[in-house]
Amino acid sequence: MSNLPILPVALPLASAVVLLFLRDRPALSRTVAMAANLVTFAAAAKLLLTVRDQGIQVLQFGNWPAPFGIVFTVDMLGALMVMVTMVVSTATLLFACFSLDEPRERMFFYPLFQFLLVGVNGSFLTGDLFNLFVWFEVLLISSYALMSLGGGAYQLQETFKYLVVNALSSCLFLIGVAIIYSLTGTLNFAQLSVRMAEVPDPALKAVVAVIFMLVFSIKAALFPLYMWLPRAYFAPPTVISGLFGGLLTKVGVYALFRVVSLLFADLPFVLPLLVFVAGATMFFGVIGALSQWDMKRVLSYHIVSQIGYMIMGLGLFSQVALAGGIFYIIHHILVKTALFLIAGAVEKSRGTTNLRRLGGVIETEALLAGLFMVAGLGLAGVPPLSGFIAKLLLIQAGLQQGSYGIVAVSLLVSFLTLFSMMKIFRYVFWREEGLPRIEEGGNRARLLSIAVLVLLGVAMGLGASVVMPYAETAAEQILNPQLYVAAVLGEP
Amino acid sequence: MELLVLAVSAAFLSGGLYLMLDRTLLRVVIGIGLLSNGTNLLLLSTSGLTPGGAPILAAAGHGETAIVDPLPQALILTAIVIGFGVTALLLTLAYRTYQSQGSEDLGELHGRLADE
Repeated sequence: MSNLPILPVALPLASAVVLLFLRDRPALSRTVAMAANLVTFAAAAKLLLTVRDQGIQVLQFGNWPAPFGIVFTVDMLGALMVMVTMVVSTATLLFACFSLDEPRERMFFYPLFQFLLVGVNGSFLTGDLFNLFVWFEVLLISSYALMSLGGGAYQLQETFKYLVVNALSSCLFLIGVAIIYSLTGTLNFAQLSVRMAEVPDPALKAVVAVIFMLVFSIKAALFPLYMWLPRAYFAPPTVISGLFGGLLTKVGVYALFRVVSLLFADLPFVLPLLVFVAGATMFFGVIGALSQWDMKRVLSYHIVSQIGYMIMGLGLFSQVALAGGIFYIIHHILVKTALFLIAGAVEKSRGTTNLRRLGGVIETEALLAGLFMVAGLGLAGVPPLSGFIAKLLLIQAGLQQGSYGIVAVSLLVSFLTLFSMMKIFRYVFWREEGLPRIEEGGNRARLLSIAVLVLLGVAMGLGASVVMPYAETAAEQILNPQLYVAAVLGEP
Repeated sequence: MELLVLAVSAAFLSGGLYLMLDRTLLRVVIGIGLLSNGTNLLLLSTSGLTPGGAPILAAAGHGETAIVDPLPQALILTAIVIGFGVTALLLTLAYRTYQSQGSEDLGELHGRLADE
């Protein structure tokens, strides 16, 4: 047993503490934050390769044997999520170093950024239900601070709402923990998985399932609980919304994958309900996007819409569907962050993200326009980009199981997504009249961070045969919880 | 005993929810505080409320009936600390909103900030 699984949490934590003391030295802060991110990136890569070669990794803290102590359990899904988290956070950090205003940098942006990573990575790695709650709170509290950083009136207003919604869902989470603990007497995921199957009363099980699905649906912004997202993600500076849009809701999606597969998959109503919610989320998200006239708002509604596809993968619950869902999560994190960063670059160059006032960006920033085109088409799922492969798998799985309704909805939503991306392209980049450029020269580091994400997205589509085995292994482990249980509790 | 704690917990939770629906920001903050305390009481009740029972360690020599599970108490401790931090942050946000807008009544604040 190695200590490797703790590194993606410990390294950002250590760097965050160091960064707290470097408040008055922004240049040094940037260097330290970037260096820490790169080291964590390397640790995440090593962890992913270890999980690929040796199977599920378990770290027991203080060597307390599994059901009694707290464990970190890293299966393929967790390792993949940590890896992609580090990819986008490094790109976002690079973008932030070259776009954030100095007052925000001095008010602890970099330490908060690292604390956020602590919470996100911890949630992906932990194998304990209450520990998951704690990591959620770590990432939420950092996100409250990041969202209100700067203290504009609109930001305060939206942060307050975001905080109240999340505080309510955290209380529900704890209520769920209390009920599940009194039912089973344990909080370790592996042991929970064994004991939940033995709970005699299906009604109590259903209550617990509903509470946890409600909690994680709020965090993941599923229909009908996504109202908080578009406005909250509009308020902070674009680089922060980009990081949130890429990562935070996906922690909720990950938690749903985890609890549904380990604890609730045998309840008859869970999977059909998820498929229905997935369809509604996709549809209403994209309808919301179509009605908006601001680049950041359109992209925020598309986050909601695309979370539907991931949950569709979970709801169909077959090898192909889960692999497609996991592939979709990775694709979405990369491409969606890239799109937000492009919106940030446009905002820096033109001073707004309002579609009605923008125009002609392609004349001065052709490369940015090209990157948007590729990322937008990738999001809509045009072959051979990454979104296409993910949607292909999901639709294939839907057809195999005869779920024609959800397949039809997902195809329609893909079409509307393409329409909405073209709307942004037409108004922001293509139109002839528009606001003049306010920033001369452009910025190569910003373009680099966007280009890396977009190219990774393209590579995921063209080189799907390299990524697919990882997603398939992850899907296999999700589909067979006994693998997870055996890794934690030992062979029965 | 459990029934009493559950009743108190339910009273806290419903009071908290009622306050959360109020228009005044400060009442919303108090509502969240009540809500998290109600949840903590619910957690407490899961450990089995045996009057006079001690946590596991003391139980070894005194028969097995008087054991109290210490784990939920550890959970509550964590939850209290987190709830404290969140409440502090909420109060700060409410105060900053009051400072910048001169009001903390949502009815008055409504529509004052246009979207963009």
